[in-house]
Amino acid sequence: MPDGEMSTACREGILGREPRLTIFERSRPGRGAAATPALDVPDKPLDEVVPAALRRTRPARLPEVAEVDIVRHFTNLSALNYGVDNGAYPLGSCTMKYNPRVNERAATLEGFRGLHPYQPESLAQGALELLYTLEGWLCEIAGLARATLQPAAGAHGELTGLLLMRAAHEARGRAPRRIVIPDTAHGTNPASVIMAGYDPVAVSSDARGGVDMDRLREIVAEGDIAGLMLTNPSTLGLFEEHILEIAELVHGAGGLLYYDGANSNAVLGISRPGDMGFDIVHFNTHKTFSTPHGGGGPGAGPIVVGEELVPFLPVPTVEKRDDGTYYLDHDRPRSIGKVRTFYGNVGVLVRAYAYIRALGPDGLRRVSERAVLNANYVLAGLRDLFDVPFERRCMHEFVVSATPLREHGVRAMDVAKRLLDHGVHPPTTYFPLIVDEALMVEPTETESRESLDRIVEAFRTVAREAAEDPEMVCAAPHTLPVRRLDEASAARKPVVRQRFPEDEGAAAS
Amino acid sequence: MTGRPALDYTPHSETDVRELLEAVGAGSVEELFAEIPAAVRFADELHLPAGLSEAELMAELTRLAAADCPASGLVSFLGAGVYDHYVPAIVDAIVSRGEYLTAYTPYQPERSQGVLQSIFEYQSAICELTGMEVSNASMYDAGTALAEASFLAGGQTRRARVIVSEGVHPEYRQVLATESAGYGPRPETAPLAAGAATDLALLQGALGDDVAAVVLQQPNVFGALEDMAAAARLAHEAGALFVAVVDPVSLGLLAPPGEYRADIVVGEGQALGNPMSYGGPGLGFMAVTARLMRRLPGRLVGETVDAEGRRGFVLTLQTREQHIRREKATSNICSNHALNALAAVVYLSWLGKEGFPALAELCARRAAYLRERLLELPGVEAYTAGPVFREFVVRLPLPATRLVDALVPRGFLAGVPMSRFAGAFGAVAAETPSTGAPSTGAATSATAADPAAGGNAAAAALDDVLLLAVTEKRTREQIDAFVAAVAEVLAGHGEARGGSSVLSESGPAAEEADRA
Repeated sequence: MPDGEMSTACREGILGREPRLTIFERSRPGRGAAATPALDVPDKPLDEVVPAALRRTRPARLPEVAEVDIVRHFTNLSALNYGVDNGAYPLGSCTMKYNPRVNERAATLEGFRGLHPYQPESLAQGALELLYTLEGWLCEIAGLARATLQPAAGAHGELTGLLLMRAAHEARGRAPRRIVIPDTAHGTNPASVIMAGYDPVAVSSDARGGVDMDRLREIVAEGDIAGLMLTNPSTLGLFEEHILEIAELVHGAGGLLYYDGANSNAVLGISRPGDMGFDIVHFNTHKTFSTPHGGGGPGAGPIVVGEELVPFLPVPTVEKRDDGTYYLDHDRPRSIGKVRTFYGNVGVLVRAYAYIRALGPDGLRRVSERAVLNANYVLAGLRDLFDVPFERRCMHEFVVSATPLREHGVRAMDVAKRLLDHGVHPPTTYFPLIVDEALMVEPTETESRESLDRIVEAFRTVAREAAEDPEMVCAAPHTLPVRRLDEASAARKPVVRQRFPEDEGAAAS
Repeated sequence: MTGRPALDYTPHSETDVRELLEAVGAGSVEELFAEIPAAVRFADELHLPAGLSEAELMAELTRLAAADCPASGLVSFLGAGVYDHYVPAIVDAIVSRGEYLTAYTPYQPERSQGVLQSIFEYQSAICELTGMEVSNASMYDAGTALAEASFLAGGQTRRARVIVSEGVHPEYRQVLATESAGYGPRPETAPLAAGAATDLALLQGALGDDVAAVVLQQPNVFGALEDMAAAARLAHEAGALFVAVVDPVSLGLLAPPGEYRADIVVGEGQALGNPMSYGGPGLGFMAVTARLMRRLPGRLVGETVDAEGRRGFVLTLQTREQHIRREKATSNICSNHALNALAAVVYLSWLGKEGFPALAELCARRAAYLRERLLELPGVEAYTAGPVFREFVVRLPLPATRLVDALVPRGFLAGVPMSRFAGAFGAVAAETPSTGAPSTGAATSATAADPAAGGNAAAAALDDVLLLAVTEKRTREQIDAFVAAVAEVLAGHGEARGGSSVLSESGPAAEEADRA
């Protein structure tokens, strides 16, 4: 397309040097990158291969760009992004720890990446052994019996776990409706509960940030309890002190306990969900076991369960024969079925395997010890600036409130945006919902002391700036490729795909 | 000499640890965990193997990887959703950049413009391929995307059933069934007619004012090309949405779903620049018409401007999502397969406007060639009527698994035996059709109307059916060598039936494969 078509929207661009164009806007007729292998089979009229009536009449308007321009485009775009490889990323509940490069190398071994899911099992013994072994390790870490590696993400694991719960209740001849969830839970919990066909019931938190036991007793007494979902340590970064009592109460009412493993990074080798009384556990491999987040995925959300739930696990399971060979067992009549095509995000699971294998039991325990130490250290550095809603020893993350800055008209969101200017990725904001102006900070174990000091220093600088120059803070960021973006108008008049000159006016509405 | 005993990604020295403990007022690391009740403290040590150095770790993983014989290293005709296309070097170069690889979901758009813009470009490419107006930022896989499509249709129409053709990949249907256990419309299947295309007459009979959506796959799991326009018309006449499950590479050649008025399009996007990886991670894609945009599950990126009018991209319409709406969200999904979507858009840019259709056409031509050559062999028969794209089934004079096993030692992965999906088809016509248009004749309908009988017949009928896929990596030389190898095995099988035993039941080929 000719120059200038998109000029209004992209007058200034990447790092101010050239206009911010999409790959489509870099297209010029007749250019291209790939070469197509020559036609080496008899050249018949295309109509004899696929009749015209079934064919598309005009090609998809994909970009026409040279290879060097594609590489530069996506390389320059990457400069507008920020990952753990760039610097500290204390985003609470997301466990943005270093993603070891050796794990990437492992996943790109052709013996893993080149496998087809339907190739004979005899030709996939290495991958099957890896999956079988990883399952065993996850069971050991969780303190439970068996696992499925199929779920593709934590939320997907939640849904799988709840479907297992459903199957277990049906097998017991029950059909309870209600799943109890603390008011500090991740938003995925209630959404997953709905998708599993259950009704979520919120239980409030007590003055120490734990589950309000009196309220829980009332809810349980009302009956119809299918189960409870709990994150421990909670999203407040606090260990649930009453966990055994909670488990007893819920089990006593016929319910099952689901462990949202998003915060497992605090307790590896220190406390096991199975020993806490949980029946179903998910791990986010992209949090706890350092598989990269990839800008939003792919992750993996394996589920570990106790004996009662084993028969219901998704098919296939990976099994080992007496002769030492491995196979996929599809013949599990009580299984809930499949939650994902094929066997899960195997490429991600290879990375998780490499991580656990490299660290061993001592290394995993050290991960949690230092994650907790680092969180406490950063909290100690911020204590005097922000409100600390619960005066307790934090685990791998903590939540403080930015309400003291309110007198200057500065909100948690503004703190986050200004932190970007100081080269630190902001914490999670406005979550959990029960803390006003929440800032949720999780430094992780892979930050050095200097890095932790920089995080503290950045927060302290922003707090000082909030008092001295609140307008400047509220207009942040100032040093990034873009200023604060207008999300309201993006939602009001959505532009969600490339607009071509010829279909202007036909944008989605 | 003492170094570190194993890999350790935590930077602190013992001195650092001591000083940090002091700073937080803890006498020991143990003290940090004092709030954990003693009864749930893990007193033991995890029973895991001890840690390793990086060299030792890679040695172990290399050993495991070497125990595999990856399809990518053989002459593979495996498909059924995952395809051995060539992945260009630039895809690996881009997706391994730490700025993309190690970033989180773009919650802070000002520092995430790279991934946001790449997703916008991915969405645009999917819209172009499918002819739809809105694509989300990608999903886990085709199966979960299909389940989400069903939920969307249920929410939109407030109807209770969704009718899914048996031509839709059995694993996608299994995922849909599992995830529909307590939520969304109830999935039912619509049988195939002779020729393995969906029986539209029976489909029409199954429609009613309680049907939220009709789902067909193009090409379907037998490789047959469906009359998508006719199916869409039937769905719309009944007030249902039409959901198309498509192979994205086919859209280089075949009509885009937008043209036949699909309301929702889903599919498996692995073939777009992602390695097979034993089936994951690839990506699910999902695109809808503009009118369904606000019901779309998953992430969606939109264009906007910053405070100074500069162009930028943000996650948009987030009020659909769980972190805002919690139990009222359109889905529990709070991630996408961003890195795989990035691979897809780099790949599609690399192929480009001319290269993408050229690739699709080359696959189709080579597939047609292989099909012709195989059908020349004695005892090999057509199973589907009509044209195919790059994947097709044939009926063999022996069990398909036998052929597959026999060809592994010769370096070929012959395809997917359809018997692995036995039980997924209630009413596939048991007879091989004659060439010509798919029939919806009375005899077939009668079979279909009796799913139990049809099911048994179909299961038995699938034993000798093989599904073969042809990508651009398969040269004519390889195809010719493969056909010759098939011919040899079939000849041996013929002799074996005549008295000798070239292929014994215990399968020497399989044993050789184990050693390979």
